[in-house]
Amino acid sequence: MATLHTKSAARAMMSPSVILLFCWMAVPLAMTLYFSFLRYNLLMPGMEEWAGLFNYEFFLTDPAFFSALFNTLILVGSVLVISVGGGLLMALLLDQPVFGQGIVRVLVISPFLIMPTVSALVWKNMMMHPVYGLFAWLAKTVGLDPIDWLSAAPLTSIVMIVSWQWLPFATLILLTALQSLDEDQMEAAEMDGASLWWRFYFIVLPHLGRAITVVILIETIFLLSVFAEILVTTSGGPGYASTNITYLIYTQALLQFDVGGASAGGIVAVILANIVAFFLIRLIGKNLEG
Amino acid sequence: MCTIRLENVTKMFGELAVIPGIDLQINDGEFVVFVGPSGCGKSTLLRLIAGLEDISGGAILLNGEDVSSLPPAKRGLSMVFQSYALYPHMTVHGNIAFPLKMAGMDKAEIDKKVMAAAKVLNLTEYLKRKPRNLSGGQRQRVAIGRAIVREPSAFLFDEPLSNLDAALRVNMRLEITELHQQLGTTMVYVTHDQVEAMTMADKIVVLNRGNVEQVGSPMDLYRDPANLFVAGFIGSPRMNFVDGGNAARLGATTIGIRPEHIGLDREKGLWRGVIGVSEHLGSDTFLHVHVEDVGTITARTGGEWTLRHGETVFLTPDPDKVHRFDESGRSMARAITPDLGALPRHVNGAPASGAPLQ
Amino acid sequence: MARTVSTRRRLAFTALAWTIALALFFPILWTFLTSFKSEGAAIANPPSFLFFDWTLENYHEVQERSNYFHHMWNSVVISFGSTFLGLLIAVPAAWAMAFSPTKNTKNILMWMLSTKMLPPVGVLVPIYLLFRDWALLDTLAGLVLVLTMVNLPIIVWMLYTYFKEIPGDILEAARMDGASLGQEILYVLTPMAVPGIASTCLLNVILAWNEAFWTLNLTAAKAAPLTAFIASYSSPEGLFWAKLSAASTMAIAPILILGWFSQRQLVRGLTFGAVK
Ligand SMILES: Nc1ncnc2c1ncn2[C@@H]1O[C@H](COP(=O)(O)OP(=O)(O)OP(=O)(O)O)[C@@H](O)[C@H]1O
Ligand SMILES: [Mg+2]
Repeated sequence: MATLHTKSAARAMMSPSVILLFCWMAVPLAMTLYFSFLRYNLLMPGMEEWAGLFNYEFFLTDPAFFSALFNTLILVGSVLVISVGGGLLMALLLDQPVFGQGIVRVLVISPFLIMPTVSALVWKNMMMHPVYGLFAWLAKTVGLDPIDWLSAAPLTSIVMIVSWQWLPFATLILLTALQSLDEDQMEAAEMDGASLWWRFYFIVLPHLGRAITVVILIETIFLLSVFAEILVTTSGGPGYASTNITYLIYTQALLQFDVGGASAGGIVAVILANIVAFFLIRLIGKNLEG
Repeated sequence: MCTIRLENVTKMFGELAVIPGIDLQINDGEFVVFVGPSGCGKSTLLRLIAGLEDISGGAILLNGEDVSSLPPAKRGLSMVFQSYALYPHMTVHGNIAFPLKMAGMDKAEIDKKVMAAAKVLNLTEYLKRKPRNLSGGQRQRVAIGRAIVREPSAFLFDEPLSNLDAALRVNMRLEITELHQQLGTTMVYVTHDQVEAMTMADKIVVLNRGNVEQVGSPMDLYRDPANLFVAGFIGSPRMNFVDGGNAARLGATTIGIRPEHIGLDREKGLWRGVIGVSEHLGSDTFLHVHVEDVGTITARTGGEWTLRHGETVFLTPDPDKVHRFDESGRSMARAITPDLGALPRHVNGAPASGAPLQ
Repeated sequence: MARTVSTRRRLAFTALAWTIALALFFPILWTFLTSFKSEGAAIANPPSFLFFDWTLENYHEVQERSNYFHHMWNSVVISFGSTFLGLLIAVPAAWAMAFSPTKNTKNILMWMLSTKMLPPVGVLVPIYLLFRDWALLDTLAGLVLVLTMVNLPIIVWMLYTYFKEIPGDILEAARMDGASLGQEILYVLTPMAVPGIASTCLLNVILAWNEAFWTLNLTAAKAAPLTAFIASYSSPEGLFWAKLSAASTMAIAPILILGWFSQRQLVRGLTFGAVK
């Protein structure tokens, strides 16, 4: 296929994607970088002036930043642990002979397909409402005091909602990977006298390694930017108790109109994401070759 | 009617000269086979003729006309791929009809030709099936059907039989040869299987690292290999090569003797050896004999050979059939029968005169 | 496992799997049931599971009071529009990368993947300001544009992995058979690529339909899709759970059904082809 005219045609076919994506990424990013050095508030138009590193200083020393950073890490970390751990167990279970497996799969994958605002509101109201929610009713039925989930344990509540959305994703991918496991290999190990646990540890787990990596990568990308779930449930509160970095920057930009500060925050978020991405891209790159 | 001529054709992949420069003439109606070890450039050469790759230099002429810059479709050639390359979403009928449809032929005409081709290839019952529901041999026939319907001026085959099992391979070999005799169209056939080359070809082109080592009829190559490479490549089992003192006494750097040109005897002969492995094929037996100072020699004998592992046997090469090669590996004249008397004997006795054992 | 398993073990696994699956599915089922209750029954304590007066009133009211179908239409335009536009740009690119790969192909793919890692807040401010200056805020055109760019890397990757599986020599065979480039695309490539393109479409529609960062930040009312419309129910005044449930059911049903049918393709697309 390597004839001459196809080579130049190939370049022409690729350029729209590459150019558009480059513009989408590079131009706004450059603008964000530029704004981050300005004193720039939309409420005071025409007052823009060079601010040097002031915005960064302000953003990074703001106690809100630390709680947001902490909340982001907790949110990403807990959801990853719950979804990957739970997903692994679910996948192992669904890989067993189960009656009505097709329907079970459909039920399990469903939460992933629900739009974030719907899941957040359904959980906020019908599950976690301190008076009328199902959890409250359950608590009362067993004789406990109902908890006001969203104000008493806001971050935990959000972790629950987001885990509910992402557990199916991990399950589905790990199950798919599990089903591609070579049966012969398992039987060979059984012949070699490996116990169930050793077979899981030496054969199943390494086989799933790539899928687990991929799940972690993809989930991290999306979890760093959790937004709608916070917006419609706690609005980041009480105080900053459930504000993550994404939500913090949103409040700065679109509620306080502080373009300079929000831009500095944006750059910080990009740097944080890059630190994660650096490791993960290397991991997936290595995995993709193998 | 189609002659194909390559004039100093070269092909580079980046810095790598896969074909450093080839001249070749393929005459009308010939069945030409390209053979050579894996990676020697056979497929590349075929794809250059087809137009699927651009040549880096030289010229390709079809019927005297330079087609080097024509796209594949304009060259009027058909190709059968190793993987068959059938269109998975079309039925057998659709696959065979495709080139005719591309040529803008009308439907009735297409149907007629497809039916005719299907009949020749025993595919009539399968016309409505999709390729995935066919066996390997049937797929192969569909691929051939797709190639013949458009009545190309020449056929190109790239290892068409390598995905088939041994029995089917022999069958399809015959079918393709028969097809060639029926159609009389020029065919260029790539294989790395020297048996296919020997049995099918009018003319064999032996390739090595992108160079033509020798061109000739199968028997020419068998009788008079131009060099060590061709000698080793054509013929099965491989020719025995002996160098060192034994070769030097015959004025050569290396001498070669085919397994079928070695006489065996229990009592007397030129070389005494001990039988290692013996492979019984039923009709033939191949003995791998360890001869002191010479090395391991493969010899062919009849199927009912009774000697076993570890027993002693005497080997005597047929003096008329000994090939001599100089230090650059080129074949030396065989005009004079080499005097085997010059070779050291392990036991006295007239060479090859004792009744060979069966 | 091809092995025969004792029925008892099988039943145990079945019971466990169904319990967990139903627990995970429960909030959705509950939403569905609540959408048929009166507002009073929706907050009744103890909750009624099946024995209540089923009513369709909520569905009527959601449409009448809030012009539900306006937002639904916005969601349709945004998800299908961005999918169509994305395919238009991505099909040639993925094709070129799959069929005439160069040394840089892998790098370009990895770079595209990396753009997906850019957190949206990193570009929120300039995009917002640019959209304001170009009068694209709260317009369907603006959202289509943004969602196209957001999902472009996934579309390219997914198409690439599908195209990669089409054997190159089939295309060469078509050329030998005298097909022009146009005919090669029309008769050979398209039919073989259609399943891949279709699943890419499906996945992208799902992703765009559920996208809830840009749709919430760049719309107000006119162009607000269902994500933003549902979010407007989060205001604490009054408990309209039945209506919220009706609106939610309508918002999630189409995608839920699409998703059920495309589980396998979902895995492939979301993992950039790394798990099939
Ligand atoms: N597109 C390409 N780019 C770079 N090198 C190539 C390309 N195609 C083939 N080669 C190289 O050219 C040489 C000849 O390849 P070719 O496919 O012609 O071998 P072949 O004789 O057909 O081998 P086989 O019997 O294994 O099919 C090989 O070393 C191969 O690596
Ligand atoms: Mg080849």
